[in-house]
Amino acid sequence: MKEGRPRSFYVLAVFFAAYVLFLYGPMIAIYVLSFQGPQGGLTFPMNGVSTFWIAKLFQGTGIVDLGAAFRRSLLLGVIVMIVTVVLSVAAGMAFRRKFKAQSILFYSAIASLIVPSIITSLGISLEFRIIDDLIKAHWNENFETSMGLLTSGLGAHLTWTLPFGLLIMFAIFNRFDPRLEEAARDLGATPWQTFRHVVLPIILPSVIGIGLFGFTLSWDELARSSQAIGAVNTLPLDLQGLTTTVTNPDIYALGTVISAVSFTVITLALGTIHVLNKRQAAKGSDAGKGLV
Amino acid sequence: MDTSEDILHQASPDLVRGSETKRAAKAARLSPSFISWLQAGPMMLVFLAFFLIPLVFVVIVSFWDYNEYQLLPAFSGRGYTDTFEGCIAQLPELCTIGKTYLMTLKLCFMVWAITLFVGFWVAYFLAFHVKSKTWQMGLSLLCTIPFWTSNVIRMIAWIPLLGRNGLVNSGLVKTGLINHPLEWLLFSEFSVVLALVHLFTFFMVVPIFNSMVRIDKSLIEAAYDAGATGFQTLVNVIIPLAKPGIVIGSIFVITIVMGDFITIGVMGGQQIAAAGKIIETRVNALQFPAAAANAVILLAITFLIITMMSRIVDIKKEL
Repeated sequence: MKEGRPRSFYVLAVFFAAYVLFLYGPMIAIYVLSFQGPQGGLTFPMNGVSTFWIAKLFQGTGIVDLGAAFRRSLLLGVIVMIVTVVLSVAAGMAFRRKFKAQSILFYSAIASLIVPSIITSLGISLEFRIIDDLIKAHWNENFETSMGLLTSGLGAHLTWTLPFGLLIMFAIFNRFDPRLEEAARDLGATPWQTFRHVVLPIILPSVIGIGLFGFTLSWDELARSSQAIGAVNTLPLDLQGLTTTVTNPDIYALGTVISAVSFTVITLALGTIHVLNKRQAAKGSDAGKGLV
Repeated sequence: MDTSEDILHQASPDLVRGSETKRAAKAARLSPSFISWLQAGPMMLVFLAFFLIPLVFVVIVSFWDYNEYQLLPAFSGRGYTDTFEGCIAQLPELCTIGKTYLMTLKLCFMVWAITLFVGFWVAYFLAFHVKSKTWQMGLSLLCTIPFWTSNVIRMIAWIPLLGRNGLVNSGLVKTGLINHPLEWLLFSEFSVVLALVHLFTFFMVVPIFNSMVRIDKSLIEAAYDAGATGFQTLVNVIIPLAKPGIVIGSIFVITIVMGDFITIGVMGGQQIAAAGKIIETRVNALQFPAAAANAVILLAITFLIITMMSRIVDIKKEL
């Protein structure tokens, strides 16, 4: 850069740094505090360093049945991730052509994103209660409930993850060069071959991004689950339940474990995206290399 | 580039012709509009089953009757009359629901103003001051990563900092600025606004950044060449062009805060009433029609705000 940076650069750089500190500072504080000694309390200073509280979580003697809630959240997260990726890619492809009901789907997605979560959650819970009542009245008096992790819970999470998936697909296809597909068609590829060997490899990094959104948004989802999850709790719901009664660093330990999963998934996804981009840059184009 | 089809043709002409006719047959069987339905249908079904129909049920149930433990499917305005109980009798004093909505709108306005200010300048820095694409990506990612982690954890993360014996209080006491720990730092309106800003500034940064990177840099140079000061360029060039992002970000933040009950609950020590919290309380009391009536009111107000804001900008065009 030949010209020096303007003074506003330094002012805003400090502002930006303060914002990042504001974002991460508190989180880092509780990660540190979850390694309190056994006598430690909820605030600084640290009273020794140990893995006492984290170990306590895994022994199952602590505040929640971590194992069960952990497995439930993981199962739901993975299913939400897969469904979000498949449905978003499919719908994203559909939006490249005009079709009837296009704007209905678009506005449903946007509305689903911005209608307050508590309303969606309440609606799903009412829907399932009414279905339950109908089943009890007409078919089976002993029927318990159709609400559950993989029925109403899954649906509630999808109303939150699918709009993100669809918007990411829009962003991808805004930059996508359709001539690549024409070339594939000219070379005799079937529509499926074109998708499988041309489109998918190019959009794959962003598709992994959709998966990342799908999993992490579900893993941490709270507002929509609150009324719609049924009898069992997910991990974030357990954590929220603890906020009113905590007296020791249990809650920080649980927070640290939940975050560890998030950060593992984020690292894996971003790492994969990076490798794929590298590979595309290295092998993707033979433009300018002359005729073979 | 490849002549494999020619080679194939020479070797066995039938094969190529065969595959072409097969392809033609397949294309005839699956019309483009049918393929579109196949692709978009599943997502549409999910929204239908878990979003649109539930909304219809919310509206229907809001007109049902209820007793202590169950729904009674008979028409009744009780959900609404219970909600607005005392609103006319208590005039000119505000009734409970009026006070609650006033509180919600107040929180909403504060969070909106702060997230807009912070989000605008963060986006501005990323879009105009960070020149290298790699740095821009890296720093945007830095802002995005917390969004992929748990909101509850990011809320309770404030406890060790703002609590009675937290870092802020003990620091202030030690330096002698105050004698007693400040009580209003945690479980107060202050901590609610702080946590909401902490959680949702992201929703402001992304759309504003998106609008800003699309601004043609030569426009800014032109303004500079024409003698505009930095401030004039900001007000007359950058802000108007970033307006779509500002509006979209504002819609996100306002609708989130309007319906929030978790942050307000956790950070307000379950003491602050808000629009979303009424719904939660009613559901916990199994008064579903009253909960649904409140949801309809909240939906109507949210819808009103969005309509007003989308008058300013065509959302569909901006995506």
